[in-house]
Amino acid sequence: MANKEAQREKIPNPIGVSVPRIDAREKVTGAAIYADDIQYGPGLLYARIKRSPHPHALIKSIDCSKAKALPGVKAVVTGDDFPGYIGLYLQDRYIFCRDRVRYVGDPVAGVAAISEEIAEQAVELINVEYEVLEPVLNPEFGAGPDAAIIHPKLGEYVVANFIFPEPGSNISNHFRIRKGDVEGAWKDCAAIVEKRYQIPHVQHVPIEPHIAVAKVDENGKVTLWGSSQSPFAQRNLIASALGKSQSDVEVIAPFVGGGFGSKAGVSMESLAVAIATRVKGRPVKLRLTREEEFYTAFVRQGLIAYFKMGCDKDGRLLAMENRFYWDGGAYTEYSVNITRAAGYSSSGPYDVPNVKADSYCVYTNHPVTGPMRGFGMPEMHSGLEQCIDDLAHEIGIDPVQFRLLNCVRTGDTIVTGMKMHPTGLSECIEKVAKAIQWGEKAPPSAPNKRRGKGIAIMWKAPAMPPNAGSSAWVEMNEDGTATVGVGGQELGQGTFTVMAQMAAGALGIPYEDVRVARPVDTDYSPYEWQTVASRLTWSMGNAVVNAAKDARRQILEMVAQSWDENPDDLDIVNGVVISYKSEEAVPLKNLVIYGLPKPNDQGWIGGPVVGRGKFMPTYVTGLDPQTGQGPRAVVHYTTGAEAVELEVDIETGKVEVIRGVAAFDVGKAINPDMVKAQVEGGFVQGLSTAFFESLILKDGVLQNPSFVDYRIATSADAPKDIQAIIVEVAQDDGPYGARGVGEHPLVPTIPAIGNAIYDAIGVRVGAPPFSAEKVYLAMVDAGIIA
Amino acid sequence: MSNHKINVTVNGEVEVVEVPANMTLLRMLREKLALTGTKNGCSAGECGACTVILNGEPVNSCMVLAVECDGASVMTIEGLSKDGQLHALQQAVIDQGAVQCGFCTPGVLMSAYALLQRNAKPTDEEIREALVGNLCRCTGYNRIVEAVKQAADQPETVAA
Ligand code: FES
Ligand code: FES
Repeated sequence: MANKEAQREKIPNPIGVSVPRIDAREKVTGAAIYADDIQYGPGLLYARIKRSPHPHALIKSIDCSKAKALPGVKAVVTGDDFPGYIGLYLQDRYIFCRDRVRYVGDPVAGVAAISEEIAEQAVELINVEYEVLEPVLNPEFGAGPDAAIIHPKLGEYVVANFIFPEPGSNISNHFRIRKGDVEGAWKDCAAIVEKRYQIPHVQHVPIEPHIAVAKVDENGKVTLWGSSQSPFAQRNLIASALGKSQSDVEVIAPFVGGGFGSKAGVSMESLAVAIATRVKGRPVKLRLTREEEFYTAFVRQGLIAYFKMGCDKDGRLLAMENRFYWDGGAYTEYSVNITRAAGYSSSGPYDVPNVKADSYCVYTNHPVTGPMRGFGMPEMHSGLEQCIDDLAHEIGIDPVQFRLLNCVRTGDTIVTGMKMHPTGLSECIEKVAKAIQWGEKAPPSAPNKRRGKGIAIMWKAPAMPPNAGSSAWVEMNEDGTATVGVGGQELGQGTFTVMAQMAAGALGIPYEDVRVARPVDTDYSPYEWQTVASRLTWSMGNAVVNAAKDARRQILEMVAQSWDENPDDLDIVNGVVISYKSEEAVPLKNLVIYGLPKPNDQGWIGGPVVGRGKFMPTYVTGLDPQTGQGPRAVVHYTTGAEAVELEVDIETGKVEVIRGVAAFDVGKAINPDMVKAQVEGGFVQGLSTAFFESLILKDGVLQNPSFVDYRIATSADAPKDIQAIIVEVAQDDGPYGARGVGEHPLVPTIPAIGNAIYDAIGVRVGAPPFSAEKVYLAMVDAGIIA
Repeated sequence: MSNHKINVTVNGEVEVVEVPANMTLLRMLREKLALTGTKNGCSAGECGACTVILNGEPVNSCMVLAVECDGASVMTIEGLSKDGQLHALQQAVIDQGAVQCGFCTPGVLMSAYALLQRNAKPTDEEIREALVGNLCRCTGYNRIVEAVKQAADQPETVAA
């Protein structure tokens, strides 16, 4: 029977099947509910925020008297009302500024009024006097001794034990790698490449802007509705900041209209909650305008990176020395961990015996940075992967061969000293090279065009505290269907569908018979750390499978007792309990709630079935602060490769991507079509950052806070030919072998395009976005065109 | 702000609505009629999330004043399926996996619907052109284009 169990255990239906999304129907009919769609009733108040016009200034005085006197205004609050700090890894933020503003848009005061218009008027009536300070606008300068200090109290902030701020400077985290002997290795190198790369700030721009609605009742209970990737983290951080119990804060999170990291942790939600504490019983809605979203929602940090890498005459990488200056902006409570992740992954997906890396998170007077899809990896890989190409050319080895020679493989000792788990990276490289017909050069489509191909590879680990946990329940219903409870959030990535597939597979019922309970509500849903890091399929998936197995065990034990059989001889197939021994069969219907009668009317057995499951990694270790070395830095790495073929118009500099190919090792694709959809979407987002996107900051002031001036890829920009390839080298502790792939597709896109442009015209364009103008000027500079 | 009483046909139903002079069609649909399927992504005519059909033409409802809609006929995402029967475009979006977060989807469907009304067999380029004002941050667009093609291949689409 163990055999049968093992066989079933292998890959039950519908794991690996491309079932349609569980939320598709409600989303195509307009029935899906997002936070702004909930009807909050006639008591609803509207909040607006008074924000700093200066990138760096001291607050001398705030006069709210006129605003308070405006009819229709119900509350006006300032930083003095909420003295506590807030933050995920480093508590460096007040809810409202108290003594100092640190970026254009920093919240200074908040208003609640009976209409948005009145709230807006009230904000205009608040008078703030500032003493303007010198802003810090460059992270490399900002890390040095001559920069103004943005956080004088850095040394007093509460900080996670794996983050290393340097009080007295603007460095809020310094992560070091010291592996092997880099200095000694250079002399053995036959080729060395040294480059500086820069990446501008970009933004997530979910099509749904941030929104939070908060209510505080007479007992002090806080209810927060929001577009949230992190209901439980918000509950925790807001409770701590307000000095409340976590159980007195309820976060209700309906569908999210795109997150990409910007709705993780706590940002504008705390403003809504703080204001709501002053208007007890009434919900207060704060909805960011698109302009406000551009100014004040999280942005992806800019990066100035220095790479030095060398290889021997056969092309084997011997050493790397990398320095990263991250433009962390005004607050880095979340992004300190991005700079850590970039540090512990700083070799890229390569086997390099000698590595020295310094990753500095630097405060500047720029917008607040936070997690964005890829968590430091797209920025870091952009320069690193172009450098690798340069080194391959320098030593005279084909870039694909160079990567196959050096890429990280199963069992390698990686940059942090951890042993690499089974990985299909080399298979990914081979597959994209084949699909893009690497080595074959097609003629350009016109005489004024130059054609090129480029490849880039990547790795990324879930970046999180070592013990980020997941939990789940599976509750059976009268009709034999199951309802799955999770605390992770559906952002569009398809997690509810994948959880339903896993529950169906582990339980033995059809996919159509599974529902996922929502909205996620911290009062009712099981705990989940956050919906970030591409960790749900793996971590929450494990919890769901465990919960479904627990429910299954309860059912089989009940039926076995009733049939006087051994549970090991029973199975659940398609919603029916069957016995391989007696060949009896009974549908789940009713028995999962009412139990089963004992023979001869002697009472009942069983009862309502609720399975529970959890998952938490227990094996991640700390790293030495001086060397970044330790037995296990991360849970695992998802790896992959992308290749593009493109044409550059040498008369205009315009680049057209003709096709893109991407392969990722997802361990096991629970829903292959959704994996492909995720890869395509990520590729186009990456392409968008390669060609169009940049937050233009002039003296700390954002110059392009609209979709007209901050352009993202449209239907006309997406290459028609995008091919997604799935590689499956199982993750030992993943559900059915799965690991995540949500973020990874956008990591290698910029350098793949950069390398293809170089292949086409022999020029490195510099920092993205690779606009036609920039490409054109680069060609002029290189003397390719006059 | 003065209020105006307007008559507007929404998804075939005649509605009498009182609206302030500065209220947009988007806000009227969402706040007065509780038709929240139409989304607000920018309130500035730049993202297409609020697209509805006004007198047969796709418009950004955030850029139209409700008072201008007196006597007009409006179709929103809620009017696309009939009696629980999905429209071919909706089914095609599901079949092609062309929805992720879903926030752009109602607007995308309205633009695509308008396209098929005026052009039953659009080319790839024509579809991309028709959807250029509908920003989607999730899908990368190709599946949406495929969905429109799938729906266009079904004869009943245009009649619907
Ligand atoms: S909300 Fe109307 S175009 Fe964006
Ligand atoms: S599906 Fe998310 S914006 Fe289009």
